[in-house]
Amino acid sequence: MRILIDCRGKNMTSTTLDQGNTNADGVLLTSDGIPLKQKLVQTTKKARSRAFLLTLPLVLFLIISFVVPIGQMLFRSVHNPAGTNVLPNFAVAIKNWDGIGFPSEETFELFVKDMQIARKNREIGKTVGNLATRMNYAIPGSRSLFTSTSRKLSTITEGPYKEALFKIDKKWDNQIIWRNLKRVSSDYTIAFYLAALDHKYDDNGNIVAAEELYQIYVSNFFKTLRLSAIITFLCLIIAFPVSYLLSVLPLRTSNLLMILVLLPFWTSLLVRTTAWIAILQTQGVINDILVFIGLISDDGRIQMIYNQTGTIIAMVHILLPFMILPLFSVMKTIPVSYMRAARSMGATPFTAYRRVYFPLTLPGIAAGTLLVFILAIGYYITPALVGGEDGLLISNLIAYHIQKSLNWSLGAALGTILLVVVLVLYWLYNKLVGIDKLSFG
Amino acid sequence: MAANDAFVRFEKVQKSYDGETLVVKDLNLDIAKGEFVTMLGPSGSGKTTCLMMLAGFEPATNGDIYLDGQSINHVPPHKRGIGMVFQNYALFPHMSVAENLAFPLQVRNMSKAETQEKVQRALDMVELGIFGDRRPAQLSGGQQQRVAVARALVFEPDLVLMDEPLGALDKQLREQMQYEIKHIHERLGVTVVYVTHDQTEALTMSDRVAVFEDGVIQQLSSAQELYENPKNAFVAQFIGENNKLLGVVEKIKGDDCTVKLDDGTIIQAARINVNSVGERTSLSLRPERIEIDPPKSMQNQLTGDIEELIYLGDHIRVRMNVAGNSEFIVKVRNRADKRELNEGQKVNIGWNSSDCKALDVL
Repeated sequence: MRILIDCRGKNMTSTTLDQGNTNADGVLLTSDGIPLKQKLVQTTKKARSRAFLLTLPLVLFLIISFVVPIGQMLFRSVHNPAGTNVLPNFAVAIKNWDGIGFPSEETFELFVKDMQIARKNREIGKTVGNLATRMNYAIPGSRSLFTSTSRKLSTITEGPYKEALFKIDKKWDNQIIWRNLKRVSSDYTIAFYLAALDHKYDDNGNIVAAEELYQIYVSNFFKTLRLSAIITFLCLIIAFPVSYLLSVLPLRTSNLLMILVLLPFWTSLLVRTTAWIAILQTQGVINDILVFIGLISDDGRIQMIYNQTGTIIAMVHILLPFMILPLFSVMKTIPVSYMRAARSMGATPFTAYRRVYFPLTLPGIAAGTLLVFILAIGYYITPALVGGEDGLLISNLIAYHIQKSLNWSLGAALGTILLVVVLVLYWLYNKLVGIDKLSFG
Repeated sequence: MAANDAFVRFEKVQKSYDGETLVVKDLNLDIAKGEFVTMLGPSGSGKTTCLMMLAGFEPATNGDIYLDGQSINHVPPHKRGIGMVFQNYALFPHMSVAENLAFPLQVRNMSKAETQEKVQRALDMVELGIFGDRRPAQLSGGQQQRVAVARALVFEPDLVLMDEPLGALDKQLREQMQYEIKHIHERLGVTVVYVTHDQTEALTMSDRVAVFEDGVIQQLSSAQELYENPKNAFVAQFIGENNKLLGVVEKIKGDDCTVKLDDGTIIQAARINVNSVGERTSLSLRPERIEIDPPKSMQNQLTGDIEELIYLGDHIRVRMNVAGNSEFIVKVRNRADKRELNEGQKVNIGWNSSDCKALDVL
């Protein structure tokens, strides 16, 4: 209590001395002698911590559901510890091998002993099967060598281990196996990125292009980009006049139309996509009508679905509102007087539109195209349902590796590349248009 | 004014948006070259619609509009060559000030050098010569307003329309801009049709004012005429402050008449808009024409009870109850020798019969 009183007294004198309410260092003080900045922080602290608390649930949610999974994905695409988990001692020893001839006898001994331990191991991620799968990515078809050898390894009790191993299976007498084992014995690898970009390590450890038959990812990335661009462009062409109409109609009519635009939004995605199947398939509504009016023969029914066309049509329909909404919200704010002013100054309707109206809609166009393009590039369900073989996008390949082939590392590598592509596009976009000019309404 | 003298001519123009009500009823208006005409009226009176029809953004439902002797009913806006200043300026936000001004010249395919010169001259005219590179959003309201005026004038139109161009400015700036626009008009000799609901603005700037109400021009005359000699009760009410006394015409003699107010008081008034004895009339009386302690020569002598005094510096507003009307206002000039007034006091007031106009009843 005493100290408090003392402090106050001191402060009082200091303020009375410094008429301008600043202390010796020129820091602004309040009339009570506390530095102004400090006081400001004090008074706004409560409001700020409350604001932070309000966002806390969302921040936590984003960290758990967004930041952590993406971090995991990035990590998994380069991290595959199958080799070191299954063969911990061998992995350390083989690092010293220079890759010429065969590893030393001690390394072979460690390999055999690690394999014998792994055979008994039931721990997830540390079984021989894990190693066999990982090796199979590196050398297709090598899986059985590991599983079958592991069953027979218990017969080996003493050296020389190298000869004993070669006796079990002649395939071990192959430097390529050991070179790949050395590579797999590292926790971190870019092998999955190579695979995602249609490349691989050759038998000598050089990076080469994969066989033509296996080059599916890069072309699919380009196909995904091309289809997304086409879809975005079609959305823009269709949405622009609709948004314009919405923005000039009287409120009651435009609200009604807006509901029609939003109606598909409220319908299940699955329902909408299956509806397109019913309409577009070879025995579907459109083909039936075309045959009925005699435009095409019954044998000449057009294949409009289970190919790229189907993917484009269905996705344009689904993504259209994402183009209309930002466009509409921007057009709504363009006063009619701008066009009138342009006309009064002698501009023809076309010139007035081109030089005044259109440039003012650019923020909406920018927002709409960005939104639709990024949604399209990662779209999964619709291409999976109506894309057939040809209309599959990169997300479908990612899903395949996550769900079917269980090569999560490759799926993660593909996903990471997709993420990088989107970020690069976003960066480019910022350079060209300027993100601050975007208007999502 | 003969038909070929009129630069702008509205002839029996009618406008309806819904086919049921007329927004503009039978408009006839001639505007001479170089004239500054203001359309003044409350919102919804049809004045802006008239301007839009003249600019070509709204078609006239019936009747003809002539510009320089030619009917322009079927001429699209961009071929009318009319400059226009909009209510919120309508400066193109994605163009710099200079680009905004260059726009009308560019669409006329003017050469680059000539465009640049004219833009600079227009900017100098509104004293914004150094602001050409700025965006409109970087200018203050008053500066934007000047750019809008310059843009409407840069392509040298013979006619400029202004749709409440000063509505968004604060009072002081508005007054300043009124003079600037007036001076530009005088300097360039361009014909201006100006729309506003602000009577001070109309009176300050215009050669003639057309008072609009209910789609009809109630009176078209100079500012002085409008104030001094309103033709009907609406104009009297709308322009300036006005005391209204209701009564019945007792006697008509030439330009004078005698009116018996509803409380029985007899008033001598100037006959403006009454035709017969027994007709109801509203007497219009400007507050500054009423004298407290009037000289005996004034024809009308009454008493009033002071109910409220409002001190306004240059004058004092005295609200009193006169002949049953408790909203009766008298303006007393703030002179050194002024008589002391108190609320609740009974005073003698009076006015000349020529200052008291017998008009129709609204």
